[in-house]
Amino acid sequence: MGLKEKILTKSLYAFHLSSGSCNNCDIELLDCLTPRYDLERFGIVLVGSIKHADILLCTGSANRLCIPRIKRLYEQMPKPGFVVAWGACGSSRGLFKDSYNTGLPLDEIIPVDAYIPGCPPKPEAVIAALVKLKTKILAKKGSSR
Amino acid sequence: MIKSLEYIFLFLVFPGLLFSSAMGLIVGWVDRKVTARLQWRVGPPWYQNFADMLKLFLYKETLIPAGASTVLFLGMPLLASAAAALVSTVVLVINFSPQSGFIGDTIVLVYLMMIPPLALMLGAFASANPLASLGASREMKAMLSYEPPFILSLIVPIIKAGYVIKLGDIITYQVQHGFIVGSASGAISFVVMLLCVQAKLGFVPFDIPEAETEIISGPYIEYSGKALAVFKLAKAMMLFIMPVFLITLYFGGLRLDFEGFVKNILQYLLILVLIIVIKNTNPRVRIDQAMRFFWGPLLVLAAVSVALASFGY
Repeated sequence: MGLKEKILTKSLYAFHLSSGSCNNCDIELLDCLTPRYDLERFGIVLVGSIKHADILLCTGSANRLCIPRIKRLYEQMPKPGFVVAWGACGSSRGLFKDSYNTGLPLDEIIPVDAYIPGCPPKPEAVIAALVKLKTKILAKKGSSR
Repeated sequence: MIKSLEYIFLFLVFPGLLFSSAMGLIVGWVDRKVTARLQWRVGPPWYQNFADMLKLFLYKETLIPAGASTVLFLGMPLLASAAAALVSTVVLVINFSPQSGFIGDTIVLVYLMMIPPLALMLGAFASANPLASLGASREMKAMLSYEPPFILSLIVPIIKAGYVIKLGDIITYQVQHGFIVGSASGAISFVVMLLCVQAKLGFVPFDIPEAETEIISGPYIEYSGKALAVFKLAKAMMLFIMPVFLITLYFGGLRLDFEGFVKNILQYLLILVLIIVIKNTNPRVRIDQAMRFFWGPLLVLAAVSVALASFGY
């Protein structure tokens, strides 16, 4: 557990990407920033530009139109960056598993660091996933990614 | 030799770069915490801004967009923070020893305070992004809007102190004759100045250049890693020094004895919290509304205060 990793876990900036979601997850994301849950007390801020972000929060089932854009955003994120698959669709395509339009799940397009289950996930599940992400960051000290 | 070493120390450590950026990050935390409390949230811990800054400096990659001018893109953050550090050095050194200023230092300060927005503009134009260019052009319009009332209301303390363009003499005048904000013209020009400072710091309702929700932080959009961190430091230093500048002009400057120091902290927090409350209770205005506001009512108010001051009120 290095000091640099510890500083990183205290200040994770998140960028929200909706890759064809039904908006429930997106509303739950805003719910996490409201007074009851207040993710800012853990240092998490929602930013508008991917160049400022440390986490790529990906909601939705990653449909065909979105796949190139997901890849580009992942490449534009300054490394070290982390990807969080948000909700049932983000984690496994959910009920769109056999759709003509969703060829691949998110974790076969880009490497995913944490999954948040639920349709939509509760804010408690989000906080639990962020704790898991922080433990993961602290555990892999000195890794380049 | 000793003199130049002293200047380097003043610029780099105290009260320049190191001190004012540390203070700026703490003041930035006050901003975030008060904002959070006003929204009935808990808010981040006190070291939050330090963690953000260290993360950007130690950990994150600095990306330069394809098609960007590298020298301008990476040079402008340095220019912005150098100018901000120089502003805080000059203001604080003059506050600690009022005789150490030079004739016309107030005008030099006005010029130095214009450099961070100008550097931000150039950096944004150099970053080859349409939203950054849009933000930069808005920044330019915002600057054109708030500079005339800012400079006009700056004339009031100068007239009050007996037509001296020297920050040290303005402080000495206030030590002998009471605060400038206590007079009618001083109070009006203080209000004008406060709103101009709000726009200078890029706070809501005048955060049009970096509107998070429409042009996703505008000029900063392509900045990442160390370049972003240096820009953020420049912004933090300006946030720290602008209330000190207001205290110097209107509340008699900083005092070094205990009682005066406590009063200074209270004045500082009053100005800071006023700025934060204005920020949190107002929606963002459009650029044309901001321009009309600054060139209309505020310019008239500033002119009225200058007229009152020259008649001795």
